[in-house]
Amino acid sequence: MNETIWIIIASAIATYFTRVGGHLVLSRFETIHPRIEAALNAVPAAVLTTLVAPSLLSAGPREMIAIVVAGLVALRGGIMTMFITGALVLILLRNFT
Amino acid sequence: MSAEIITQLPARRSSLSEFLDGARRAIPVVVASSPFAVLFGALAIDNGLTPFDALFMSMTVFGGASQMVGIELFGHKIAPWLIVLSIFAVNFRHVLYSAAIGRHFAHWPLWQQALAYFLLTDPQFAEAESRAQRERVPFAWYFGMGLCIYVFWNMATLAGALFGRLIPDPHAIGLDFLLPIYFLGIVMGFRKRPMWLPLVLVSGVASMIAYKFVGSPWHVSLGALAGIILALIVPPSSQKA
Repeated sequence: MNETIWIIIASAIATYFTRVGGHLVLSRFETIHPRIEAALNAVPAAVLTTLVAPSLLSAGPREMIAIVVAGLVALRGGIMTMFITGALVLILLRNFT
Repeated sequence: MSAEIITQLPARRSSLSEFLDGARRAIPVVVASSPFAVLFGALAIDNGLTPFDALFMSMTVFGGASQMVGIELFGHKIAPWLIVLSIFAVNFRHVLYSAAIGRHFAHWPLWQQALAYFLLTDPQFAEAESRAQRERVPFAWYFGMGLCIYVFWNMATLAGALFGRLIPDPHAIGLDFLLPIYFLGIVMGFRKRPMWLPLVLVSGVASMIAYKFVGSPWHVSLGALAGIILALIVPPSSQKA
């Protein structure tokens, strides 16, 4: 097997380790303190926000409009509606303005 | 679809209907992620990988952002261990996911847990978290969603690797900004949780600062850490929605 395949295998093992690692560490404890519990409940909003926020730094007016529209749609509709609306607004603005 | 779920909620549903419901949950994810899988396949070929390499990477690593970083590095002459370390760094946020979601997998047999962690992607985590908030998460439902995402991710990778030259200008079809829009939708889905707004503000600002001064991909872990520390230090009794 060539080097590329070995790099991919090592990367896959490293990735699986991240996907199971947090659980392996936590499962060593019998009980979970309420504060740790609160911290774990914060994980979705805390992590997923960081996948959005930095893109705002490079966003121009078109991207800002798309993301604000998508955010407003998300208040009422499901994720599919908000995603398609946001994507359409962005594509239209980028191609026609 | 939501009305149907509400009426069926009190009774336990069969594994098959859970599996199919999970697969339905995967549809928006497949729509949002397929362009990236196609782009990944195409870029992998540009960077000297074979279609088999690209498919093999999607099948084993199964993490979009890290795969993009990986093939970017393959294109240059970079030490193998540095490529593996970079992919590890991009995927480091999953440590937090598995710490948070592990509580809700504990009642499954070990092989199901092992498989579930392999399938633990960003949207999978988000869906499982919001269901775990209401009730026990059935494995059939989780697996239905995960398998559907996995199959389409790999098919789209192969399509990109084989026919990648046909894709239009990524900027014109908004590809660089589709994922932020999608993840914003997931973040909005958690807006009823305790401390949501303070968490989003603190993690968001911290990740932007870290992005500027430390750089990618560390802004993800550092920004998330800021929000998690906030949840840790505010007394649990005052954390109301």
